[in-house]
Amino acid sequence: MPDETDRRLILATQAGLPLVPRPWQALADMLGIAPQEVKARLAAMLATGAIRRIGAVPNHYALGYRFNGMTVWDVDDADVDRLGRQVGALPFVSHCYRRPRHLPDWPYNLFAMVHAKSREAALAQVERIAALLGSACRAHDVLFSSRILKKTGLRLAE
Amino acid sequence: MPQRDDIALDATDRALINALQGGFPLCDEPYRAVGESLGLSESEVIARLAALLERRVLTRFGPLYQIEKLGGAFVLAALKVPEERFDEVAAAVNALPEVAHNYRREHAFNMWFVLATETPEGIAAAIEKIESDTGLTVFAFPKEREYFVELKLDAG
Repeated sequence: MPDETDRRLILATQAGLPLVPRPWQALADMLGIAPQEVKARLAAMLATGAIRRIGAVPNHYALGYRFNGMTVWDVDDADVDRLGRQVGALPFVSHCYRRPRHLPDWPYNLFAMVHAKSREAALAQVERIAALLGSACRAHDVLFSSRILKKTGLRLAE
Repeated sequence: MPQRDDIALDATDRALINALQGGFPLCDEPYRAVGESLGLSESEVIARLAALLERRVLTRFGPLYQIEKLGGAFVLAALKVPEERFDEVAAAVNALPEVAHNYRREHAFNMWFVLATETPEGIAAAIEKIESDTGLTVFAFPKEREYFVELKLDAG
């Protein structure tokens, strides 16, 4: 659980880091704590996974990745964890999760995101996943994103 | 929102984007450190980063928080939106601060969004709000197991 100072640090950084030569000092000044404490708290949150990484999030489209496919698979529940780990290990898969089915409309329980610069390249990635799953997969689909409607990331209430 | 898929990036921008997707150093002058590894001055790193954010080539730069590790919740959800109501429903969904991302996808389930809330209870409240604002059923796809997450796009 974040303490009050962590929470204030999250609020101060959730929209982004200050673009100044000494960003930790700038945050420390905002929060009224020492820059060493800012660095220590960020390092601690990186160590626990509360911060996945400190970095840049590109707009896929701006980098030419126009074919962002959510691939979804109906895999036997007994095999899904083993196969999910294998699909997640493929170099072109950025996210891989087990999620619930919503029958009858949605039979899929394994989700893997792929990103490519052409539809052909994306579909070749889908084929590689299909080959890996083989007969363990009963059905699959690919949902390409066609428009970003919103992309702000996490926002805690002030 | 127009899709910015026609943006010209020079080789320095591309190298900077690739470098900034990794771990940003927790040293006193991190922009200087990043610049040194790329042969750029600190002020050029900052100016290029500001321009990439301004042009929305980057959607953000900073710590990427994993809200579940902070006691919160993160849930993928979908709607089947009648085509003629798509823009109206997108506006209603996007109006919630709990909606972190929202994408149109080509499928009967044509709107997919992520809810991020400070407490697990916040998810149910956000879903109820969307259902009452739109009259549509929200299909929730909470993560049951995470096998892999690491998004890094090669900027070329």
